[in-house]
Amino acid sequence: MSGGFDWNVIFKHIPFLWEGMQVTFLLTFLAILGGILGGTLLALCRLSKFSSLAWFGGSYVNFFRSMPLILVIFWFYFLVPMLLGRPVGSFYSVLIAFTLFEAAYYCEIIRAGISSIGQGQVQAAKAIGLTYQQSMRYIVLPQAFRNMVPILLTQGIILFQDTSLVYVVGLKDFLVTADIVANRDNRLIEMYSTVAFVYFVLCLLGSLGVRRLQRKYAL
Amino acid sequence: MIQIEHVSKWYGDFHVLKDCSTSVAKGEVVVVCGPSGSGKSTLIKCVNGLEPFQEGTISVNETSVGDAGTNLPQLRSRIGMVFQNFELFPHITVADNIKLGQVKVLNRGDDEATDRSMVLLKRVGLEDQADKHPAQLSGGQQQRVAIARALAMDPIAMLFDEPTSALDPEMINEVLDVMVELAQEGMTMMVVTHEMGFARKVADRVIFMDEGRIEEDATKEDFFGTPRGERAQLFLSKILQH
Repeated sequence: MSGGFDWNVIFKHIPFLWEGMQVTFLLTFLAILGGILGGTLLALCRLSKFSSLAWFGGSYVNFFRSMPLILVIFWFYFLVPMLLGRPVGSFYSVLIAFTLFEAAYYCEIIRAGISSIGQGQVQAAKAIGLTYQQSMRYIVLPQAFRNMVPILLTQGIILFQDTSLVYVVGLKDFLVTADIVANRDNRLIEMYSTVAFVYFVLCLLGSLGVRRLQRKYAL
Repeated sequence: MIQIEHVSKWYGDFHVLKDCSTSVAKGEVVVVCGPSGSGKSTLIKCVNGLEPFQEGTISVNETSVGDAGTNLPQLRSRIGMVFQNFELFPHITVADNIKLGQVKVLNRGDDEATDRSMVLLKRVGLEDQADKHPAQLSGGQQQRVAIARALAMDPIAMLFDEPTSALDPEMINEVLDVMVELAQEGMTMMVVTHEMGFARKVADRVIFMDEGRIEEDATKEDFFGTPRGERAQLFLSKILQH
């Protein structure tokens, strides 16, 4: 069979590849969740009237946006176990790295979303006696997130692709499991083509979903 | 009930309110008019602390608005406000717009808040619109919902910031009718408006502002009847022509 393509290798290893895909999915999902939570808090800091909070939010965003992601992944891989005094496993160190890194990007998206809600809405919320927290929670953020859904999902798709960088710390995500199979069975073309195809299809589906949502929420 | 004493406000270098003093007694209806940019909207927004001011004092029912220790959300919950652009919350239904403050600020139970909302919607003639979203309503309907939303908090006074100036002409009266009714029921009201018909009908006093200053502060009879400042005359002649 040498020289010819053997696509069977994919089907033989589907369970193994699926394990990798689960890591990819879980990491993407948790990092999006953590990134949006962290990003929301950072955005509120940046928009705060307290200058120290605004300064902290701004510095955080500028710092992480000037770091290559791969460096952040490396850094937390070595730093987190050192801080905790015990190994935490590559998944958790990578999850922390992604969450903190993505929070900076989500912060900027969410900040723009919050700013897009007019001052009139904020005043109307205040005028019925809502506190700052209540007006954010019931009035501003629900509207801001509605406006932001498409761009948040787009950032999620980018994050999904970026999770493949975890190969630098040996975490077995989808790409790494495919890579293992490819090298062991010497089926590089088949496996890498498959990986490319799967990423393409998933991202395409994501983009289509975004477009549908955009149409649905268009005002 | 509302005491405004020597209030001055700056936006950077721009002196937007200059030593403004006036008061609104309980049950009184005061109309504030003046050319655009005269500071009348700013002044009314200072009353419930939506706009901060640098000098002077404003108190509502003996509570000082500018005081750092004042619980502004609590104070605002007692003062209804209606905005030029309605500012209904677009992501929730009409009924929920009226319920939100009752539930979250006044801690009313869901049933009680719903009942009250329906009573108020009926009062402004919109009981059949409860489940719609604000965008599905006309401007006049939205503004009536906004009035209902403010009334749901059982306010001790109502502030109106040009409530009809964003409305198409044929919708102005449906909003003014609700306001006239409120005034006749004895609600304490401070109304920024150019609707001199409304002022003639229900105002007790008329304040004329120009370039951040209160130029005239007179009873309705004096304001419309006897000679007054040149600027106010000019302003009145312009808006009463049509």
